[in-house]
Amino acid sequence: MQDRIKYWRGIEELENTPEFAKHAHNEFPEFLPVKETSAESSLGGKTKRRDFLKLMGFSVAAVSLASCEAPVRKAIPYLNKPADVEPGVANWYASTYYQNGNYNSILVKTREGRPIKIEPNPMSTLTPYGTSPGAQASVLGVYDHNRLRTPLIGGKEAQWQQVDNEIASRLGNVTGKVAFVSSTIISPSTKQLINEFGSRFGNFEHVTYDANSASGLLSANGGTVPGYDFSQAQVIVSINADFLGTWIAPIPFAKQYIQNRKVSAENPTMSKHYQFETHYSLTGANADIRVPIRPSEEAAVITALYNGITGQGGGGEVPAAAADAMAAAITELRASQGRALVVAGSNDPGTQAMVTAINRALGAEGTTIDTNAPFYTKQGNDADMIRLIREMNAGTVGAVFFYNSNPVYDHPLAAEVVSGLERVPLKVSFSDRVEETSQLADFITPDHHYLESWNDNEPRRGFLSLTQPTISPIFLTRQMQDSLLTWSGSNTNYYEYIRNNWRKVATGDFNQFWEQAVHDGVVENGTTMLTVNNTFTAASPVAKPVSAAAIEAVLYEKVGIGTGDGVNNPWLQEMGDPISKATWGNYVAMPRSMAVEMEIVQGDVLLVTLANGTSMELPALMQPGQANGTVGIAIGYGRKSDMMPVANGLGANAYPAATVVDNTVLYTGPVTLEKTGATSPIAQLQTHHTIMDRLVVQENTLAKYKENPKEVTEYIRIATHEGPAKPATISLWDDYEYKNHHWGMVVDLNSCIGCGACSVSCHIENNVPVVGKAEVLNRRDMHWMRIDRYYSAVEHEEKDYATMEDPADNPSVIFQPMMCQHCNHAPCETVCPVAATMHSSEGMNQMAYNRCVGTRYCANNCPYKVRRFNWFAYFNNDKFATENYMMNNDLGKMVLNPDVTVRARGVMEKCSFCVQRVQLAKLEAKRENRRPRDGEAVSACAQSCPTEAIVFGDMKDPNSRISQILYREQGERAFHVLEELNTQPNVTYLTKIRNLA
Amino acid sequence: MQHVSPIREPLVTGGKTYHDITEDVCRQVEAGPNPRWAAGLAVALVGLAIFIYSVYRTLWFGIGEWGLNRTVGWAWDITNFVWWVGIGHAGTLISAILLLFRQKWRTSINRAAEAMTIFAVICAAMFPVLHMGRPWLAYWVLPLPNTFGSLWVNFNSPLLWDVFAISTYFSVSLVFWYIGLIPDFATIRDRATGPIARRAYAVLSMGWTGSAKAWSRYETVSLILAGLATPLVLSVHTIVSMDFATSVIPGWHTTIFPPYFVAGAIFSGFAMVLTLMIITRKLFHLEDYITLEHVESMNKVIILTGSIVGVAYTTEFFIAWYSGVEYEQYAFINRATGPYWWAYWSMMTCNVITPQLFWFRRIRRSLVLTFIISIFVNIGMWFERFVIIVTSLHRDYLPSSWAMFSPTIIDVGIYVGTIGLFFTLFLLFCKFFPVVNMAEVKAILKSSSEVTHTPANTMHGTDKGLNTTNPEHRDE
Repeated sequence: MQDRIKYWRGIEELENTPEFAKHAHNEFPEFLPVKETSAESSLGGKTKRRDFLKLMGFSVAAVSLASCEAPVRKAIPYLNKPADVEPGVANWYASTYYQNGNYNSILVKTREGRPIKIEPNPMSTLTPYGTSPGAQASVLGVYDHNRLRTPLIGGKEAQWQQVDNEIASRLGNVTGKVAFVSSTIISPSTKQLINEFGSRFGNFEHVTYDANSASGLLSANGGTVPGYDFSQAQVIVSINADFLGTWIAPIPFAKQYIQNRKVSAENPTMSKHYQFETHYSLTGANADIRVPIRPSEEAAVITALYNGITGQGGGGEVPAAAADAMAAAITELRASQGRALVVAGSNDPGTQAMVTAINRALGAEGTTIDTNAPFYTKQGNDADMIRLIREMNAGTVGAVFFYNSNPVYDHPLAAEVVSGLERVPLKVSFSDRVEETSQLADFITPDHHYLESWNDNEPRRGFLSLTQPTISPIFLTRQMQDSLLTWSGSNTNYYEYIRNNWRKVATGDFNQFWEQAVHDGVVENGTTMLTVNNTFTAASPVAKPVSAAAIEAVLYEKVGIGTGDGVNNPWLQEMGDPISKATWGNYVAMPRSMAVEMEIVQGDVLLVTLANGTSMELPALMQPGQANGTVGIAIGYGRKSDMMPVANGLGANAYPAATVVDNTVLYTGPVTLEKTGATSPIAQLQTHHTIMDRLVVQENTLAKYKENPKEVTEYIRIATHEGPAKPATISLWDDYEYKNHHWGMVVDLNSCIGCGACSVSCHIENNVPVVGKAEVLNRRDMHWMRIDRYYSAVEHEEKDYATMEDPADNPSVIFQPMMCQHCNHAPCETVCPVAATMHSSEGMNQMAYNRCVGTRYCANNCPYKVRRFNWFAYFNNDKFATENYMMNNDLGKMVLNPDVTVRARGVMEKCSFCVQRVQLAKLEAKRENRRPRDGEAVSACAQSCPTEAIVFGDMKDPNSRISQILYREQGERAFHVLEELNTQPNVTYLTKIRNLA
Repeated sequence: MQHVSPIREPLVTGGKTYHDITEDVCRQVEAGPNPRWAAGLAVALVGLAIFIYSVYRTLWFGIGEWGLNRTVGWAWDITNFVWWVGIGHAGTLISAILLLFRQKWRTSINRAAEAMTIFAVICAAMFPVLHMGRPWLAYWVLPLPNTFGSLWVNFNSPLLWDVFAISTYFSVSLVFWYIGLIPDFATIRDRATGPIARRAYAVLSMGWTGSAKAWSRYETVSLILAGLATPLVLSVHTIVSMDFATSVIPGWHTTIFPPYFVAGAIFSGFAMVLTLMIITRKLFHLEDYITLEHVESMNKVIILTGSIVGVAYTTEFFIAWYSGVEYEQYAFINRATGPYWWAYWSMMTCNVITPQLFWFRRIRRSLVLTFIISIFVNIGMWFERFVIIVTSLHRDYLPSSWAMFSPTIIDVGIYVGTIGLFFTLFLLFCKFFPVVNMAEVKAILKSSSEVTHTPANTMHGTDKGLNTTNPEHRDE
């Protein structure tokens, strides 16, 4: 018999001591302190009730305290530091922004690998300074969490492999025409690639159309936009062309235009600008003489101009109100042969042909129009698109691709597009989200954001620029060009494709050339790569679909929102329209006289019925200067896409109001207006529009300036026993002594065109929250920098205060950028009970956010009302999750500037003179053991101004630009706002000069 | 020969004896709750609940719950603050200044008026804290030694002066009021039957014995505190007015503000005292102590201060025109004719026109009309502060920033809520504290009661023997 194997659980069991044996049958053989802890229990232990309660109390307290622990925030360090990324140090990459006509050479600021700010590329001759608001705000698009994260097949998420296979196989069997629909493409490589892609198919067409088309202009000028050069023009006549705000290439035009608008005592000349327009545009606001005309009068005005200039008689159809201005314009244009330019915004080829003839007669070609350098920023051909829509409906189109185009939303024949698409077997959209057109597509193959892409651009013949990625693609998107290459069966990627393409431009060693080109972002050696062969049928005037009695609607683009690209961007929504100052939505802009007649007040919801019987509901807005008998409605609104939550539900889509006549889209049409009885308030940043006869902003005429530049500005003097004295010379206070720097700013009101780029730039640089429509209505916008817009008119009699509140029917507009004035004797500094706002040793008025208790006394006591209070927590607050997603969404937060604190609830904030930038410049200089150079420290607003209206710098440095301007303009145009209060601001304004007699 | 003053009317009517006074005043404290009092407390508690809810919304979500905006940074908050502080003034004026001036008529109303002061200052003090964006850091306005570095308060800021003015005022008023209460607490303690009441009032009376030494010290302390409190009557509202007067905002930047605010404060304070006293005397049957004589005296103060305020309003307009400053001129034209004209004219009607009715003796002595006019003055003085704060701010220098203010339900809730808080405190005071200062009323009984005018009666009921010790009656 085998020995029994003994298993034991412990030494005790093996030894089997008596003590062990005694306990062996208990459940817990070892000692358990149960009896000790439960005194009152039947076990009769030693622990007292009180001790038990103490222990209980401690445990409960400890557990609850443990749960109070601050949430763990993850900070993930680099395990391997990427080359060129220094934490805390920004990297800058030259790139290019282009969106529906709006071109900007840019520098992209990246921090720790994420793009956070767009600045102008000073190496570009086209846009050396300044950006458009749209370009500024575009950096947010890359962090838009509503972008598609994968391609979609029939609305369902799919893998790229699957998409490629399906599209390749379906393209292989495609019958009929293959159409590639895009908005204007200024990329030579992309255009070439599209043509190569199409060459596989027997019947391929690349159809280009623009949501706000310049087809008429192109057809009258051989398929390209003439190379306008406003800097050469002494007389500019614009008929409904908003060339500073939205037309063709506003930022390059603004740069040209302003060169002849800046004045100095040595050179007191400036161009004369006439504007005949229907809607009050940004350009109209800058004109010396602005005349409101109805769209139906446009042709007559241009005819009269043509007849007047060519010396032919019989232009008698000019409306009476415009006659004087027209006569003066004709005289001045004729006197300025070779230095005159006429532009028109009309999309009617006949009208544009006449404008071309006028310019030819004025000798503009070769002088104010550079015939060698036409603009390529608009190439859309209305007729092509309309033909394609007909072909789709006829069922002859086998496949259609949509790139940067959304005709179901923005084409006046949207209904036909929808019905046509039903008959197209293969529909592919490159849209980055599901929108009006892409939701009808079989495939959505989302394109990269431009900050994730390589591309090349030729906005103007002979001017080349590159777009380079600044971040790895965030989502599983793929650049359109790479998709086309894949579907063509090519193995190269688009980057290589561009490089190969650019070899023909290169001079010298290609690699060296390429490195330099990528570094600089621009190449201006005169070579051209883009081929534009736009064929138009002969330009002929089209019939105007308007009877004289009807109300004419004009469609216009809002600066920022554009044709609808900016509509999902909270910064652009909150920026507001430069003229109406209305944010978050569109409206029916109507002249007051008409509103009074129709018993409409602002905010009344109107039923706007179009000629084709469809209608939309929009609130009314009183717009002084709107031509009588007309209304203006902005395009870009009325979005219905869940993936555009910011824009969803705002306003109505105005594109259906455009009319199609003879294959031409006219952005005007007759409407009838009817009150619905409902009201919908319009969120305006400014609700009082006149200056009330106050001396807060100053303007004068060029004639007066020429006569004596020392008399154009009114200076306030305080009466003393020693005679009138400058307010700053009488003071109870001791002045600050600035030993090192004294930062200051000069705003030239003559250069400011009011575009609002500075305001958006400030928002981005300083993490200023966006508050949304409801809070703007509560007058709680957070703009650190705003542009005050005042309507004014020459008055011949004194008016009482009540009458002064209403602007004139056709007022002039003056803009005044307004930000913290950094007063040397600041009213805010004295009243803060906790000294949270104080003066720096360099002249800045500073806010210590973490010291602020939020009494708002400083804001009340600020005569400039530039302080902004955090009424709510704008970050991590569901209430603002949509409007302010850059502070409420993990991805959106990536755009925040890590150098600037996000302010807490209940704290006051305001313009800091971009102190973080000043500090950086000082540190850089200190590291190199030198003084900061002028221009090293520059505020965000000054940097993004496309007309150099804002100059920031050290007033202690006698050689700095600001010191020289102040030295030159002292006693002439330099003034302080509300000087009589003796706040002694560090912001100086220069009087606006209008070219008037 | 009996000396009867031909002018002065008796301050205590109904032939009250010392014992009657004790009985009449202590009755409220000792008896069970009066149903009308209970109903009033219920309404006040609803108001308090509204206050708590509105404060919760404000603290949890932020000041954005109110109707303020970037142009109008203060509105109902500071309006209510100044209004409540102003209301508090009458209490101090009655107890301190009238004590120094030996105005005997003050004795029966000073207790309630002082209580009103304290509760009004409590209500007022809510606003400087609540209106802060970060009220949890309110203690930063105190010059406390701290570890934040060399952080200190800004002694240039009128808001800081406010902190000192209000806290000093509150502490002095509280001490003054409490010292006055001690002998009366002792009376209640001695009469108390229940053990809890006896204990509670024993603690409250701080071992008062009623010895001659104690009375002597009591008188001295009262006089010292009156001396301390008197400058406060002038200083508190002067400093509150400096919140505005030292600013640069047209309509605020006015040198007339300190006297104008003090007059306005006394004006509103007396109106509030009248509102409260007319209710209290009815509710607790104190008609013999708070007589028409008292009402008339207070109405005279109202005419005086109301007229001062009226002159101040006119002066502001004159100076705006005379200064030649266009911003200031506009500020005042805008008050009268701008979008808030209704607030301005409500203020003018309530504050300048209605009090002038008191020139008529009949109106002065009519309880109903006095009550109505006192309410008018309360409303008018609220509008005065609203007009000063909101209409000056909403259209200041740059027309681009001009805006309108409209209150939210939370603004209204906080205001109504402080009224609830005030009445909750006041009604609790009426029930548990002696509303009339027994000791001081007894002190004037000899000289100013109806008894002194009618030889047939005595002050000690049937005990005529004591009467002979009264010098004024020796000749009887």
